[in-house]
Amino acid sequence: MLEVSGLTVEYAASRPVRAVDNVSFSVASGEFLGIVGESGCGKSTLLFAIAQLLTPPAEVTAGSVTFDGSNLVTMTQRQLSAIRWRDLSVVMQSAMNALNPVKSIGAQFADALRAHGRPSRQEVADRSAEVLRLVGIDPVHLRSYPHQLSGGMRQRAMIAMALLFTPDLVIMDEPTSALDVVAQRSLMTQIKELQASLGFAIIFVTHDMSLVSHFSDRLLVMYAGQIAEIGDTRRVFGQPLHPYSRGLLEAFPGIRGLRVPLTGIPGAPPDLSVSRAGCRFEPRCAARMPQCGTTAPDLVSRDGSDVRCLLYAGSGTEATMDAASADASTSTDASTNAGTAQ
Amino acid sequence: MTELLRADHLTRHFKIGGALSRRTLHAVDDVSFGIGEREIVALAGESGSGKSTVARLLARVYRPTSGVISFDGQPLARIRSRRDALRYSAQVPMVFQDPFSSLHPVFRVSHGVLRTLRLHRPELSPRERQAEAERVFTVVGLGADMLQRFPHELSGGQRQRVGFAQALATRPRLILADEPVSMLDVSIRIGLLNLMTRLRDEEGVSILYITHDIASARYVADRLIVMYAGQIAEAGPIDDLLASPRHPYTQLLLSAVPDPKAPPPGSEALAAASGERGEPPKVIDPAPGCRFRARCPIAIDKCATTTPELRALPVAEGATGRAAACHVAQADTEVAAFS
Amino acid sequence: MKDSLARFGRAIARSRKATAGAILLAVFIVLALFPGLFARDSPTAEAYARNLGPSSAHLFGTTGLGQDIFSQAVYGTGQVLEIAFGAGLASTLIAALIGVAAAYLGGFWDGVLNLFTDVVLVIPLFPLLIVIAAYVHNSGTSVLIAVLTFTGWSYTARQLRSQALSLRGRDFLAAARVRGERAAYIITVEILPTMSSLLVAAFLTNALYDVLFASSLQFIGLGDPDSTSWGTMLYWAQSNEALQTGYYLQAIVPGACIALLGAAFALLNYAFDEIGNPALRPVRRRRARSRPLGSRRVGRLEHA
Repeated sequence: MLEVSGLTVEYAASRPVRAVDNVSFSVASGEFLGIVGESGCGKSTLLFAIAQLLTPPAEVTAGSVTFDGSNLVTMTQRQLSAIRWRDLSVVMQSAMNALNPVKSIGAQFADALRAHGRPSRQEVADRSAEVLRLVGIDPVHLRSYPHQLSGGMRQRAMIAMALLFTPDLVIMDEPTSALDVVAQRSLMTQIKELQASLGFAIIFVTHDMSLVSHFSDRLLVMYAGQIAEIGDTRRVFGQPLHPYSRGLLEAFPGIRGLRVPLTGIPGAPPDLSVSRAGCRFEPRCAARMPQCGTTAPDLVSRDGSDVRCLLYAGSGTEATMDAASADASTSTDASTNAGTAQ
Repeated sequence: MTELLRADHLTRHFKIGGALSRRTLHAVDDVSFGIGEREIVALAGESGSGKSTVARLLARVYRPTSGVISFDGQPLARIRSRRDALRYSAQVPMVFQDPFSSLHPVFRVSHGVLRTLRLHRPELSPRERQAEAERVFTVVGLGADMLQRFPHELSGGQRQRVGFAQALATRPRLILADEPVSMLDVSIRIGLLNLMTRLRDEEGVSILYITHDIASARYVADRLIVMYAGQIAEAGPIDDLLASPRHPYTQLLLSAVPDPKAPPPGSEALAAASGERGEPPKVIDPAPGCRFRARCPIAIDKCATTTPELRALPVAEGATGRAAACHVAQADTEVAAFS
Repeated sequence: MKDSLARFGRAIARSRKATAGAILLAVFIVLALFPGLFARDSPTAEAYARNLGPSSAHLFGTTGLGQDIFSQAVYGTGQVLEIAFGAGLASTLIAALIGVAAAYLGGFWDGVLNLFTDVVLVIPLFPLLIVIAAYVHNSGTSVLIAVLTFTGWSYTARQLRSQALSLRGRDFLAAARVRGERAAYIITVEILPTMSSLLVAAFLTNALYDVLFASSLQFIGLGDPDSTSWGTMLYWAQSNEALQTGYYLQAIVPGACIALLGAAFALLNYAFDEIGNPALRPVRRRRARSRPLGSRRVGRLEHA
């Protein structure tokens, strides 16, 4: 249903920054795709690029976003307006930023409904109430203003608004990051239920891997503007292939079990305005090999997942994980001695 | 273990509404706890639970509406002169949550440390001040050459380390850390959490770690205090508490934390979770009774009429100091509210 | 301090409008400092024939009293700039102290200072200027500066108070309080430097309006008619009925000077708008315009 191919987004500057570099993936109907990565990896830029919401100086410089057969990148504003909200909607990170603070919720729903047709007053009222009930909010809140609702309710209202036309695809940019852990879980289960009953696909962007671990079908791990790994969620969690995914997973202290000292991932993401040869993760990688500094790895398939790492590229560098981890212990010492404080 | 800081029946109310309104927000109500030497105590709760207000009360940003805070046996209310106030803030500094606004954007990152040294250790010469600034920057894992950088040149994790360095400059006894890692990327948090344990072990500093993330609390803390709606729900040694939580709210929190390594929850667990719609209340002019009762599946009649007090719980041998504010738990009944 | 100046310099160089404004202002400053280099004649000497048109001897002709218009314009620059910078700086400074103190102290003091500001703000400006200036007959430069300062600080104070209020929640101010700094220190050292571009913009606006008001006062005869200034040139032009009798330059020259100086300040202001709000910067594909990736903070987290 959605096919992203070779998408590249650059920020114009004296030294242009390639925030998204040649990203390709697809989303099937009804699928839940989680996009995970830390700050600066380009995931939010990717999201905005797909929804065609980029503003200068950011712009799509290469690639296509094919949605239901048409390329969104080449569409005019008119054509995009016809699709927006009806077939494709976006849920932003913070409801307080996305909702109009001086209009009631009901008024904003009515705006959205009237943007695509001429519904009668009754139809607007009915649909707004229906969609609020779907997310578990009493329709009496149609008269409320955003600041009168609690944080969790606001996020639900945003999701309700995104579902007004039961789109085929809903893109969500960290919708739970402003919520507490209990509200987060209840919102996630709500989203999953809605998806099961209404059948839309979801692209869910977050920095918190554990959040999507129980809800997404497939997982895409981004690093420095590129796809590091993409595959079935269970597989990526169970046997993470890319050293970055592995590092991310291990950076979560557990609630149960033994307390073990963790190390996280030393260093910081690279400065994307400086182009360098080789793998972008190499300076921080515990499993790096000599060729990682000079050869940029391509995305290769392995065990059903795609991963961008020289560890899996071809038969020559079929270094096993054990050999790599033997290298890892010496190179971790080197990187910590270099004083790369985070 | 000598108690470094003791809060007794600490309460803070805020008047809300206009000048003519009589409504009060009970941000913190009757909170009592202690912090010892060389220990990390985690104060956990959702937003609105009062944990940040407690930190600000301890930092003397607010005065308590009632209750007593004592440091080294001396009540804080006795602090009157500027010199005493400075001495206290030297021993109990604060580290803030937001790495983007906690450092002054116009000055170099050495500014905060040097100012702190000038205010609190005036006996040092400029050269000694510089040496001390370099020392604390090295302790937190930044090089001495970082002193000349500007905040916008540092990453979020590095800026938080500067915050810790500023706190260390006065040789403190207790650091109040208000959600120091919440705004950092996950892979960077571990580095700072490790720094906190190192500070406890090597520099002998106690830390009050305020957070909404139980998992990180477990990683660093020795003891845990769980707050809900301005009151303490449960407190005790952290491993023991997390292994067998006695307050229904603690159980709810634990069940809501996603564990990526655990298998995905079954459909019944998901259905139960989506039924859980409640949110922590804004505590304005509350009636007596337990503030969690609206969301508690095991609430009894007494919960609606009498506010439960934090009482020590009878514990198995070997365990110490468990306390919970729950009528059901105090009756020594088995509490299994949320799986 | 040095870094701030460098930052301002870069901002001015980046914006074509601001660079034009800076050059224009520089020209006026040079004229004010070294008038003798440019104008041969004394501005006050009524040495020539009256009402002459422009010629090689008199670039803009002469006034109704036989004074050379060009040297009047050149020598008049000094007083105008003195008023602009003097009143502009003074009113911005007062506004900064009162506005930021009100925002920082909050509560009772905020109320008191606000009330005071509002009262001064509400007083109709021009009538007040007329009343004061008329009272102090033939007011010289310092009186003008004082009057303009007294009436000019209140609007800026409100602006700066709003800006300071938005800064109040920032953690570095809380950190300063918690480490024990005094309020006076926090206001001057911690808050004001972060508002530097706003302060400069406020100064430029104040300077612009002070030029206009001062000239207006002199035009209606409340300045010192014997002084050399563009406003007094206008005054004499008017009493000479210059426009009616065809000696246009006597009015146009001072008017154009006032307009050009005002334009210089207004153009310079563009640079500071852009510092304060990067969204206003025009995006040019090939020209150097470094915009850090993290400047649009998507989400609460940034490069860790």
